[in-house]
Amino acid sequence: MIPSFAGFGLGLRKQHYAEFLEHRVAVDFVEVISENFMVDGGRPRRILREVRERYPVALHGVSMSVGSADGVDRAYLVRLRALVEEIEPLFVSDHLCWTQSGGFNSHDLLPLPYTQEALDIVCANISIAQDALGREMLIENPSSYISFENDMMSEWAFLDAVCARTGCGLLLDVNNVFVSATNHGFDPVANLDGVPHERVRQIHLAGHAQGETMLIDTHDSPVAASVWDLYRHILPRLGPVATMIERDDAIPPLHELLAELGQARAINAQTGRLAA
Amino acid sequence: MNLARLQREFSTWLQADKPADAAPFGERARLGLAIYQNNFRAQLATCLEDSFDKTRQWIGGEAFHEAIVHHVERVPPSSWTLDAYPRDFPATLAMLYPIDPEVAELAALELALADAFVGPDVNRLAAEQIASADWDCVTLLFVPMLDLLPMTTNAAAIWTALAEEASPPMSALLPTAGALLVWRDGETPRFRAIEAMEERAILLMRGGMTFARLCADLVEDVGEAEGVTLAGAWLGQWLADGLVSDLID
Repeated sequence: MIPSFAGFGLGLRKQHYAEFLEHRVAVDFVEVISENFMVDGGRPRRILREVRERYPVALHGVSMSVGSADGVDRAYLVRLRALVEEIEPLFVSDHLCWTQSGGFNSHDLLPLPYTQEALDIVCANISIAQDALGREMLIENPSSYISFENDMMSEWAFLDAVCARTGCGLLLDVNNVFVSATNHGFDPVANLDGVPHERVRQIHLAGHAQGETMLIDTHDSPVAASVWDLYRHILPRLGPVATMIERDDAIPPLHELLAELGQARAINAQTGRLAA
Repeated sequence: MNLARLQREFSTWLQADKPADAAPFGERARLGLAIYQNNFRAQLATCLEDSFDKTRQWIGGEAFHEAIVHHVERVPPSSWTLDAYPRDFPATLAMLYPIDPEVAELAALELALADAFVGPDVNRLAAEQIASADWDCVTLLFVPMLDLLPMTTNAAAIWTALAEEASPPMSALLPTAGALLVWRDGETPRFRAIEAMEERAILLMRGGMTFARLCADLVEDVGEAEGVTLAGAWLGQWLADGLVSDLID
């Protein structure tokens, strides 16, 4: 079982490197995109080492492809293991999705059918990854824009089974719940109630945009009011969790993100939880 | 449809953008599939725009966008890291701009600088090692991120002008073909132009030739005085640039 960590963090982005290194920023942890630092050396690795001396770091990946029928890339795991050993992260996470098939890599978080076959493949891949990394991971629910006619179970039933079989935990992305619920026409609150609450170790909060036909998970705007409402709804049901604001595009000044994080702290305090 | 087949057909749809390839996913998936395809293409386009900023400035945004479209259709991404995707783009530009070779050479320079930026950390040769070396038998070990780019045009001058936000020169062929030496000094990627003789010397030494053998070859080629002077000047510059990480007896 992955230990809990109650705290509030931000995604570390280039625009804010200097502030994180030159000042004590009011966060309990930072999260980085693993692949940005799975390089041989140079400035990115030095920056990450120095950030790690000041803050706990969570490694969040986008390319493990735990849903790939071809299996996981061993060379990728070797590189990630080296980074894990150097950084000793708070969490190592990736998404319930696939990115590569037959030598093609989409670099996008592509959807899985929730079938028994997919469940077996995902569990096998996560087990291989966890063995290679020497630790358990968190798996995040992605936003989705299609569903499959042969789905045999809900996303959360699928993820609960994944956790039970592999020992992994959950990274609950509340924005993704809202985006997927809106796109597929189901109730996000009822969906959140289906989350295996005891598995959740981290929460992502992010912004989205209205596309021509669907909501798009853009991470380029503040957290929407409807997503804050869902966060307020789910918190009392969870044990201690790490909450972070995820912004990947249109990066604002750090103080704006810290203000958003302050909103998360306030909601925690209102619900009688730790506001570290 | 099993998962492996679903993923192959989804991948085909993403790459080819043919309506028939979307049919297996049903009519209700049509709108969602278009979003995945847009994300896929936008991600690759952003990757290339970020990687080749000066090449984009040189040929213009519209032409660069056309090159991206051509490249995305021609070269599917295969690595887990997006850092690998730009590697074939200079080759695409060479095909699209056969009579403007500076375009592909400018892109190759941008690519080499980006690779050097995240190359392995290696210490430059310590002063004590230089002083105590037996120069009659040592081989130089160059830093691993050292790259040699063949150059036929003034792409380096174009890069420098664009980096300084100055007006770039007209494209021109070099009087004689040479090369660019690209490496990282501390955390900063650097480059400098070298002539064919120095390029050849570095290639031979990378292949294991001793420094003494290089000196002897130079003496044979250009005479004793000039050969020894040239070898000494190159060595001094390589050491000053931090290109040498070790001496092997």
